[in-house]
Amino acid sequence: MKVFGIRLPGMSSLLLWGLLWEIVGRSGYSFFVPPLSDVVTTLFEIIGTAAFQKALYETAYAFCSGVFFAIVIGIPTGILMGKNRLIDELLLPWVNIFLSAPLTALVPVLMVLFGFGMKSIIITTTLFAIWIIILNARAGVMQINRSLVEMATSFGATPWAAFSKIYFWAALPEILGGVRIGIIRAVKGVIIGQLLISLVGFGALFELYSNNFLMKHFWAVLVVLFALAFTISEFLAYLERRVSYYAAKR
Amino acid sequence: MAMLQTNALAEDLVHHQTDNAVAVSGVSKNYGDVEALKNLSLDFPRGQLTSLLGPSGCGKTTLLKIIAGLLEPTDGEILVNGSPVTGPGEDRAFVFQDFALLPWASVLRNVAFGLELRGVARSEREDIAIKYIKEVGLDGFEKSFPHELSGGMRQRVGLARALSVDSDVLLMDEPFSAVDEQTRRKFQEDLLALVANENKTFIFVTHSIEEAVYVSDQIAILLPRPSRVADIIRPTGLREKDTASIRRDPEYLDIVDEIWASLKSYVE
Repeated sequence: MKVFGIRLPGMSSLLLWGLLWEIVGRSGYSFFVPPLSDVVTTLFEIIGTAAFQKALYETAYAFCSGVFFAIVIGIPTGILMGKNRLIDELLLPWVNIFLSAPLTALVPVLMVLFGFGMKSIIITTTLFAIWIIILNARAGVMQINRSLVEMATSFGATPWAAFSKIYFWAALPEILGGVRIGIIRAVKGVIIGQLLISLVGFGALFELYSNNFLMKHFWAVLVVLFALAFTISEFLAYLERRVSYYAAKR
Repeated sequence: MAMLQTNALAEDLVHHQTDNAVAVSGVSKNYGDVEALKNLSLDFPRGQLTSLLGPSGCGKTTLLKIIAGLLEPTDGEILVNGSPVTGPGEDRAFVFQDFALLPWASVLRNVAFGLELRGVARSEREDIAIKYIKEVGLDGFEKSFPHELSGGMRQRVGLARALSVDSDVLLMDEPFSAVDEQTRRKFQEDLLALVANENKTFIFVTHSIEEAVYVSDQIAILLPRPSRVADIIRPTGLREKDTASIRRDPEYLDIVDEIWASLKSYVE
């Protein structure tokens, strides 16, 4: 965007919103909204603390494991559903139900099934992320150019070669789109899991700070979390753009 | 003794020239109740170019895909070099109407892709690919991607890929229909050179009468509903002509007229 002929870097508007936050905070409008500058100061204070680093580690562990399973199970399942009519008929209703279901309501069931520990949190994260990954991989495979498949067949491709050299790459733009949305949902999943199942990681910090009305701390952790989620999402959007040059021409 | 041997050799040669690389006998193909092909028989002489020509919906592409082993016939048999077709095989290579290139792979990898699928080692298949990239006139474009090439150049990549697996039979499904008129003319001339130089059998599907007469040794006219071979035309004097003068040759013009007269009633 250009203002008075000067080219502004992306997301400059965040400055404006940050300023608004600062003004509202300084006006003393609400105890729950401390000024942004205080939040940032607190942020740097707590980043060094052992409690924060433990929370970061626990959250990252649950998040990465959950996303890993969602991707490793989700992409092949989606590709298989796109290729095979029978598998598609069997699984599609479930995928659609779970995609739109309020998964938070399922968390108590997971607690009963898998206990109150990390395992349940990881499964919650996976459940938040996996369905959109499956659906996107499936959509990517279903729009594949038929003659690419015929080409591979005519040159004697084995099923595995067709899968790894044609289907995966042809569906890659959609797959990456699905992974990006899935990861954003996984951020929700991991926090909800930590809050509901057992108070660990950032969930525990949120609970601790909000119960003790440490609003500056609360906001600081929230800012960290938002920034992390946003960075991951932008990184995946960058990867998506790198393959999008062929998205229209498959 | 020497005489006898020469005779045997000559006989062998004659036999070789007239034998068929591909023989289609009694092939039918039904889609549910629809008969796409009915009891169709056709021979494809070795080393020659045979066109399948007909109005749209006459099943020419269906026949080509059955020969390729991509579709299974409901009935009948296809022999390639004497052995029956049960699926795709190394003796046939396919050139696609829409090129069917991997958009995420370079020209080099695309041309080598047939060999890659057949398990040829990387350095070996790339050497072969480079040779055929040169042969189709894409020298210097090895590192380019399909979306950076024009339609005509893309089809040259598709052609190079089919050539580099060195199959006896080249199956071409309306290969020039998606390129512009001038490029198509150049392609047709290049194809004549290819038929003359490469010892391969070409099966060429087209809906253009002029194109079929220009490039073919043998033209099979297919008529629709259900598909059958209505006529086989073998231009006799066109091969010896210079590529530039074929289109002015009386035989060329006569055959074009004759085919148009027989197809006219099938065009909606």
